[in-house]
Amino acid sequence: MKRLVRWLILPLLFIAIGIGLMQGWYYVFPPKAERVVQSADAELSRNIGGAGSLAVPTLAQGTIHEVRDGDSIQEAVLTAQPGDTVMVYPGTYSETVYIDKDDIVLMGVVEEGEYPTLDGNKELNDAILYSGSDITIDSFKIMDYKGNAIMGQAGNNFVIRNNLVIDTGVYGIFPQFGTNGLIEHNVLTGIEDAAIYVGMSDHIDVRHNEVFGNVAGIEIENTRHALVENNYVYDNAGGILAFITPGLPIKTTYDVIIRDNFVVNNNHVNFAEPGSIVANVPQGTGILVMAADDVVIENNIITGNNSVGIGITDLSLVTDVSKDPGSEPNPDRMVIMDNVMYNNGSDPKGILKDLISVVGRDTGPDIMDTGKGSGKCIADVNRYQTLFLLGADYGVCDRLEYATDGLFTMTLEDMAPTEVKQDVSDADFEKEIGKRAYYGVCTGCHTYSVRMIGPSVKSIQALYFDNPEGIAEYINDPIKKRDDYPEMPPQNYLTEETRMAVAKYMLGVRE
Amino acid sequence: MNRWIIALMLGGLLSVGAGAEPAATIELSPYCPPGFERVASNNCELRSLYQQYPSLQSQGVGGLKTGLPAYRDGFSPQVIDLGRYLFFDPVLSVNGTQSCATCHDPSRGMADGRAVSIGALGEEGTRSAPSLWNLAFQDIFFWDGRAATLEDQVVGPLYSEQEMANTPANLLQTLNGIPAYRDLFQVAFPQSAPDITLDEIYHALAGFEASLVSLNSRYDQYAHGYADALTPPEIEGLNVFRSFVARCAECHTPPLFTNQQIAVIGTPEPDGMSRDVGAMGVTGDASMRGGFKVPSLRNIELTAPYMHSGKYDSLWDATEFYTLGRGHAVPEGEHLYLHWHIWEPELTDTEIDRLVDFMKTLTDTRFAPRVPEVLPSGLSPISAEAFIPGN
Repeated sequence: MKRLVRWLILPLLFIAIGIGLMQGWYYVFPPKAERVVQSADAELSRNIGGAGSLAVPTLAQGTIHEVRDGDSIQEAVLTAQPGDTVMVYPGTYSETVYIDKDDIVLMGVVEEGEYPTLDGNKELNDAILYSGSDITIDSFKIMDYKGNAIMGQAGNNFVIRNNLVIDTGVYGIFPQFGTNGLIEHNVLTGIEDAAIYVGMSDHIDVRHNEVFGNVAGIEIENTRHALVENNYVYDNAGGILAFITPGLPIKTTYDVIIRDNFVVNNNHVNFAEPGSIVANVPQGTGILVMAADDVVIENNIITGNNSVGIGITDLSLVTDVSKDPGSEPNPDRMVIMDNVMYNNGSDPKGILKDLISVVGRDTGPDIMDTGKGSGKCIADVNRYQTLFLLGADYGVCDRLEYATDGLFTMTLEDMAPTEVKQDVSDADFEKEIGKRAYYGVCTGCHTYSVRMIGPSVKSIQALYFDNPEGIAEYINDPIKKRDDYPEMPPQNYLTEETRMAVAKYMLGVRE
Repeated sequence: MNRWIIALMLGGLLSVGAGAEPAATIELSPYCPPGFERVASNNCELRSLYQQYPSLQSQGVGGLKTGLPAYRDGFSPQVIDLGRYLFFDPVLSVNGTQSCATCHDPSRGMADGRAVSIGALGEEGTRSAPSLWNLAFQDIFFWDGRAATLEDQVVGPLYSEQEMANTPANLLQTLNGIPAYRDLFQVAFPQSAPDITLDEIYHALAGFEASLVSLNSRYDQYAHGYADALTPPEIEGLNVFRSFVARCAECHTPPLFTNQQIAVIGTPEPDGMSRDVGAMGVTGDASMRGGFKVPSLRNIELTAPYMHSGKYDSLWDATEFYTLGRGHAVPEGEHLYLHWHIWEPELTDTEIDRLVDFMKTLTDTRFAPRVPEVLPSGLSPISAEAFIPGN
């Protein structure tokens, strides 16, 4: 009902008051105010002309761990050290592989067309989970999981490529909280939400992928600086989505370029889980921009999408989630350059059908805009069938200003840091680490001058005054030394460097 | 002991009010609490191994090696220690029966072990006392998210009829009438006039609350790169936790295990309690009806019962809620805008076991504050267990 109010009654009101129902034509153009020529927002930190990192190093220099049919990939990952490569040969592996260390290459070996296959048998949740940075996942066939094929939680500088993903549940490839990533040459189908879902990330390229038979093909959500390029996106319920989803801790989506994609015949029935955000996407949608800012759509072939070619909407499309005062709801500075569009909207579905019927037609347009947001432009509006509601106002894009030819990638020119950069000498950096460990850990049991749980730092200094190595060694594997004190728990979880740094720092503490 | 006798004794203490002198002279610690370095300006600055990691958009949400969000620190050791005395002192409540610590007891995960809390006057509240661990890193407070700073937060319980039931005037009068407090406030706020002010009280309590840091659990050891810190079942639990099937980590996001958002998940109220509208009561927005702040799961093992009104006695039951079906506990006729992450993950009992195993690795109370032996008011600290409301 709410949906009806928002989508039917409001437009009706507008029509009744503003234009009059007798106008008899389905275009609902706003009053032809001045046509401002829009130019790109100066705030965009686009990497124009930059030959970016394209995310990560290729094959690492370290040891190669071979995994063959019958072995466990996880065992090899646990053994591998940062810099190592895990080579997986063809075979069927039914496991969840998690990578909680940095700089690992997980490389499938394809022999005569046979891929190493991760098969979840619809029993396992996820095929590959990673939280480390500098992770490469290459050349796997992943099928029949319940959650994701590949899910990243906060790793930077990732490369996910050459994977075949079939019916892996909610998402196919899902990096989250990552900076600097490349997703390319993957084929994904049968996913009940987004096949490639870039969530809350920065500086990501999604290119040269084939996505079909999913609810959503590619989704860029609450993400900045994304390039979606040269993908073949067909037979999904919705092809490419650029969204702000409310209620998430990272609130914005901006600087997204969608170019050179084939977005064709995305008319699959929407089989999303009830209650999910993508359940709101009308079957037959080519590209949908919701609340995202500074989105450029250029040089795509967008045809045969039966509801609409490109839809642009504010957050009112999703009526069944809590409002989020932190999420700006309008799509601002939308840029539609030249695209090949025809035969879109022949059989609109869902909410779009309702909307379109309100203005007296039964077919959808190439481009539809629900009227919110500002600073939008189209390079040549006459090329397209458009349906603009509620006074959507498009200026003319300056082609020169918006040409993205010079932009090769959205990945960072230098890889994203995996630790907070310290602009200090090595000695000072060691001191900083030592200080963090000393105050962050040791002071729970030791104070400088009096006994707390452990002995005073003063008494430790007296014992080890010029011997930090002794402390570093002791805390790694403590033995009970003082009868009247509890035994110290081992601090072996600290790296060797950290143990040494904290030992040195402890010897220098003066209060 | 008969509660009337206790009440009489307390009443006696209060009636002499300012006259009740502590047995020993109290001095404020010149040293920062654990987790903090005292810097040259005599302020306590947080130190943590997590400071070496970045986080996306500096929001402090992500995965294992993800940095912290913006946080509160920089209070002087004296202010923090004064805050500690205030925190444990029942003299802050209207009748001297209840301190902050009776609902936020260090021995109970900085909560009180009750489904819903009881106030100084014996009135039962409608919400469960939230744990106070890691408040320094948070920017919305209370279950309904109605406060944006720690100073705004402390005002709530001090003056709520269902909590400490005091009034600003009475609080000021009480504290200004206690010479020991006058002296301590002068030490903590040497530049101020002799009379204690409300802002000083709030500031000291905020400073103490911001010192409650828990970032050294076995989970943290694992996060920093020590693979053996967790057992295989616990790692299995971590993998269920962060999977998009269970989706726990989508809202209980590391490193704080909360994304600090308001979420409507549709948990049931205890029998006989009417629906708590949650954040809608603050914003007036019907789409936030039943919305509550995502609580941190750090030290969650210690803070049963669970959910905003303590419906579940065990972590297992609280976890099972999420797999019993989207909206299964929403009464008929009640429309809630349930969060899209609430779905039907069909977790097995074994998976719930593993999730509970994992959540217990988030326990770390090494930096728990010490309960003062003597209080400036002359009253005795009261634990959550020993708390008996007055009237």
